[in-house]
Amino acid sequence: MTGIDWLILLLYFMFVLGIGVALKGRTKTSTDFFLAGRAIPAWVCGLAFLSANLGAQEVIGMGASGAKYGIATSHFYWIGAIPAMVFVGIFMMPFYYGSRARSVPEYLRLRFDEKTRSLNAISFAVMTIFSSGISMYAMAKLIQTLHIFDAPFHSIGISAQWIFHIGILTSAVVVLVYIFLGGLTSAIYNEVLQFFLIVAGFLPLTWLGLKNLGGWTGLKARLDPSFTHSWAGMAHASTNRLGVDWFGLVMGLGFVLSFGYWCTDFLVVQRAMAAKSMGAARRTPLIGAFPKMLFPFLVIVPGIIAVALPAAPATEISGSVLRTPERGIIPYKIDATTGAPVIDKNGVPQLDYDLAIPSMLLHYFPSGMLGLGITALLASFMSGMAGNVTAFNTVWTYDIYQSYLRPDASDQHYLWMGRAATVFGIALSIGAAYMANRFNNIMDMLQLVFAFVNAPLFATFLLGMFWKRTSGHGAFSGLIAGTAAAVLHHAFTLPRAAGSGIKGGWLAVLHTYPSDMAQNFWTAIWAWSTCFLITIIVSLLTKAPEENKLVGLVYSLTARAKEESLAWYLKPASLAIVVLAGTVLLNFIFW
Amino acid sequence: MWMDIRLPIGILFAILGCILVAYGLIGDHSIYRQSLGININLIWGAGLLVFGLGMFLLGKRGMRPDTQNEPEPAASSPDR
Repeated sequence: MTGIDWLILLLYFMFVLGIGVALKGRTKTSTDFFLAGRAIPAWVCGLAFLSANLGAQEVIGMGASGAKYGIATSHFYWIGAIPAMVFVGIFMMPFYYGSRARSVPEYLRLRFDEKTRSLNAISFAVMTIFSSGISMYAMAKLIQTLHIFDAPFHSIGISAQWIFHIGILTSAVVVLVYIFLGGLTSAIYNEVLQFFLIVAGFLPLTWLGLKNLGGWTGLKARLDPSFTHSWAGMAHASTNRLGVDWFGLVMGLGFVLSFGYWCTDFLVVQRAMAAKSMGAARRTPLIGAFPKMLFPFLVIVPGIIAVALPAAPATEISGSVLRTPERGIIPYKIDATTGAPVIDKNGVPQLDYDLAIPSMLLHYFPSGMLGLGITALLASFMSGMAGNVTAFNTVWTYDIYQSYLRPDASDQHYLWMGRAATVFGIALSIGAAYMANRFNNIMDMLQLVFAFVNAPLFATFLLGMFWKRTSGHGAFSGLIAGTAAAVLHHAFTLPRAAGSGIKGGWLAVLHTYPSDMAQNFWTAIWAWSTCFLITIIVSLLTKAPEENKLVGLVYSLTARAKEESLAWYLKPASLAIVVLAGTVLLNFIFW
Repeated sequence: MWMDIRLPIGILFAILGCILVAYGLIGDHSIYRQSLGININLIWGAGLLVFGLGMFLLGKRGMRPDTQNEPEPAASSPDR
């Protein structure tokens, strides 16, 4: 990094903090702090909806998966995120926004009961801390691995080992300051800024990479066909890179995991709840779906290019990488203690796939653009972190503190508590960041956590919103049973080529899956189905909820909102049709 | 909206664009061997500059009092 790169990075920090400072005086009530005063236009919410999810698992994880699995990674978007985003905007937002609930757990209290809310609130709070910690850890680790900041730190007498700690502390302090000052508004505004920066910083990678290889056809010619087809070979788990068959993919990823995340995770739903009107709230996920549909070209394609390029000279990445693979520019994974490449069971050295995108940045970007690219990378980590922190402080303050610890305090007190929660939430994330050190593939681990906690959740919401008979006891026991099913499934199954332990099979190995991903998807399917069945059975055995209390919370008891007199292109239904048609088209193009 | 977010975004991108364009014009041109001989700083910087100015102008227009309350009939409460 040269002076100009530092200048760009510095400018970014100034603007991010400046937005927080500018909003400080405007944050006067708890509604301002936690819900952005419910005054944000749809397009801003839509981009923030997307950006809050654009953390480590997205940019680094999707680039890594692109390098590992090829364009099939786009299933996470084209049958995963997009249909779920359309569903939440069209069918679920009327109940989230219309109920005036301030959080997803609060919706569960209105619809079901206190115990269902507390279960969701507590598990969600833990998960946000964990995710924010992973984002921070990934960022610090990356900075350390790339050695981009070594020289300047060395010149002021700080040794390279400290870069990890400084990276964690800096990102924590910046996110802390801007959320502490401006609350959710500040987080959302910064997420929009970060969205544009991420696009500006990564788009030239795809452009230069494809130009270098002679376009998509050139890329195809250099790789095994399994890299460049998303559906061909999905008939059987052994004929595609993901190691999943189409049913596991469509049900596990497309239905259970993606709907579980995009439709019930307060981290993203909070962005829509901040919208200024019902129409804006419903458009939020739909507007977000448009760029999301094209994100594979931003984050997955560079990963594929990274494996297709001719090998880079060993010195290109850093001094510590001794050898590079014969093809591609992704370096070997280096064991931190021995300094030698990590070898798998068969003696094959493993690539450090998480370095796919960063290697591309260093490969193509000269000074200037490099600063922008690194800034984009840091922006993505920070927006992912900030999304978790704002979701955490809201759930903590409204659903835990106000509900169980101090119910009747003044609004100013809750505003104060929100700020305090921001501070200790970030402190806890730092703890989580140091814990995250133990795990290898960030994405696989996040999938595992989502499978346990989120997968049963969508069954609860689906039944809660669309079947008025669902009772609180039914929902609660369904969630417990669903999570238990996920844990048990994980305890009794194992992906092929893995040892018992964190990967599963820690009680006994009754079934072996062809890949990690197949196991995760099936864990989710089991959790969802168990929750669905148990919720129905227990609901039928317990007292039906009073119908007059469910108005505005359940589909059949809520009057359909009058179709607002909007231009056709602003109507949620027309946006949904366009985005779904585009997604179907993309599936066919990359079949 | 209290502050139109397009204003700070516009200003940041315009400044970034200017920096990259200036560096692309006066900086050492041998560094572009890395980017396939394309002066990526100049080209992309110009793009960012145009984007930044566009956002700034849109933000300016959005902040004008007569457009503060955009015609959005959606602000109705849901019918119960």
